[in-house]
Amino acid sequence: MQALHISGLTKTYKGEVQALKGIDLTVEQGDFFALLGPNGAGKSTTIGVISALVNKSSGQVSVFGHDIDTELEAAKSCIGLVPQEFNFNQFETVLQIVVNQAGYYGVPRAIAKERAKKYLTQLDLWEKRNSPARTLSGGMKRRLMIARSLMHEPKLLILDEPTAGVDIEIRRSMWQFLEEINKQGVTIILTTHYLEEAEMLCRNIAIIDKGVIVENTTIKALLSKLNIETFILDLAAEVPTIQLTGVEFRINGTELEIDVAKEDGLNQVFNQLTEQGIQVMSMRNKANRLEELFVRLVESGRGEE
Amino acid sequence: MNAQVFTALQTIWIKECTRFLRIWVQTLVPPAITMSLYFVIFGNLIGKRIGDMGGFSYMEFIVPGLIMMSIITNSYANVSSSFFSAKFQRNIEELLVSPVPTWVIIMGFVGGGVARGLLIGIIVTTVSLFFVDVQIHNFGIIFITLLLTSTLFATAGLINGIFAKTFDDISVVPTFILTPLTYLGGVFYSLSLLPEFWQMVSKANPIVYMVNGFRYGFLGVSDVNYLFSLGLLVGFNAILFSVAYYLLNKGTGIRA
Repeated sequence: MQALHISGLTKTYKGEVQALKGIDLTVEQGDFFALLGPNGAGKSTTIGVISALVNKSSGQVSVFGHDIDTELEAAKSCIGLVPQEFNFNQFETVLQIVVNQAGYYGVPRAIAKERAKKYLTQLDLWEKRNSPARTLSGGMKRRLMIARSLMHEPKLLILDEPTAGVDIEIRRSMWQFLEEINKQGVTIILTTHYLEEAEMLCRNIAIIDKGVIVENTTIKALLSKLNIETFILDLAAEVPTIQLTGVEFRINGTELEIDVAKEDGLNQVFNQLTEQGIQVMSMRNKANRLEELFVRLVESGRGEE
Repeated sequence: MNAQVFTALQTIWIKECTRFLRIWVQTLVPPAITMSLYFVIFGNLIGKRIGDMGGFSYMEFIVPGLIMMSIITNSYANVSSSFFSAKFQRNIEELLVSPVPTWVIIMGFVGGGVARGLLIGIIVTTVSLFFVDVQIHNFGIIFITLLLTSTLFATAGLINGIFAKTFDDISVVPTFILTPLTYLGGVFYSLSLLPEFWQMVSKANPIVYMVNGFRYGFLGVSDVNYLFSLGLLVGFNAILFSVAYYLLNKGTGIRA
């Protein structure tokens, strides 16, 4: 079963800004799917169309087989949305916000209260249930939006940069929570700027840039494409110039960053450094592999224009 | 109406009522104070010198009009500010992403405005009892007129909220259209006091029919036929509901 199927989706905003130029995308039921792209690429517009916040210009979208043109209400019932911006009434209490949201989906008040307790407790917000939303910290507000999106127990959860501005500890606990929800059978689509997040959580990935999908594959397949590794070498002292052939490099004080093709190995780099009398004290692998790949994909896509 | 839709409607309505009750100092107290001043100054002090109006003491004459004025203003303001505030804080998106039919959104918001209008009506009527013995000619007409007028202006407030882009936009219509029409709508005087030409002009003002229909329910006298007033109210309600439905369904002001 396909949780989401998008074909030929376009959106042109008033003022002729074409945000989406024909998106085709399929997300299978049970998947943990990442949608990546730079700012203004069309991620939020895509999510907006799926969740009925943005009117599409053309194309087709169906959620668990419900076409949004003909069965919009059925499609909406399947989706839980955690938007990028805080969009709750700042004057209402945490409990009012989540219970009301359940009510909009037709969940009776008694059941809504039980679920509120369950999700607010799981997301560490139960103690704050009677506090007005405006008094919560940034991390709490993000978690409140996650709790709210789950109140009608959706089959597809869409999170638009859910961990933006959240400290690492809370981010990790949110990741754990989302993995748990996914294990329980909820399909998750996530957009994020933290590529480490996509690498850790997601199985499949689509990269969108300037309104088109430039890559749509599994995270594993994507990472295997990466045949260049980046290393950071800590030098004993600053050097005025370095000459290296066969590798890309950048120098920043005593740090030398080199991009090495896997088949080339590191010996030739060390030989050249030794010849120039440059002493290397330590070396480490640069972690954000996906980030690098992402930049390359987006840049190569743009180069073809 | 199935249970799911009913729950959604009930949720929106309760949320709207909770909102105006939470800020009662801004919503419930001002009309009580303003109307007390009207009763004291116009009814008691100046009214005594004016004498009879339409066969009743001036105080008795203006009470229905003042109650109606409060209901109109409050029903309108409740929905325009609540809906605009939901747009401003973006929590309108909570409704847009959920499977709530458009007519339920309209009824929920309008229902909140009507609830505030009715509550204000009760408060102002209670206040008026301190100044005059309110008589009731026909309670049914009072109630129907009140309900239809309140619904009409709550819907008008919703349309204002849909179009509004700034907080200024929700005060423009009440200041430049609603207040003048209400003051010139026969709240303080009988149309028969006006020259024939201005009587004709006044009859183009829809609020004249609402105030007079309501006054008929209390006193049994009216400048216009009360059945015509009721018919007009039903017609206007149908038109404004259709406009609100069309705008919300299209996503005017709320969907990109």
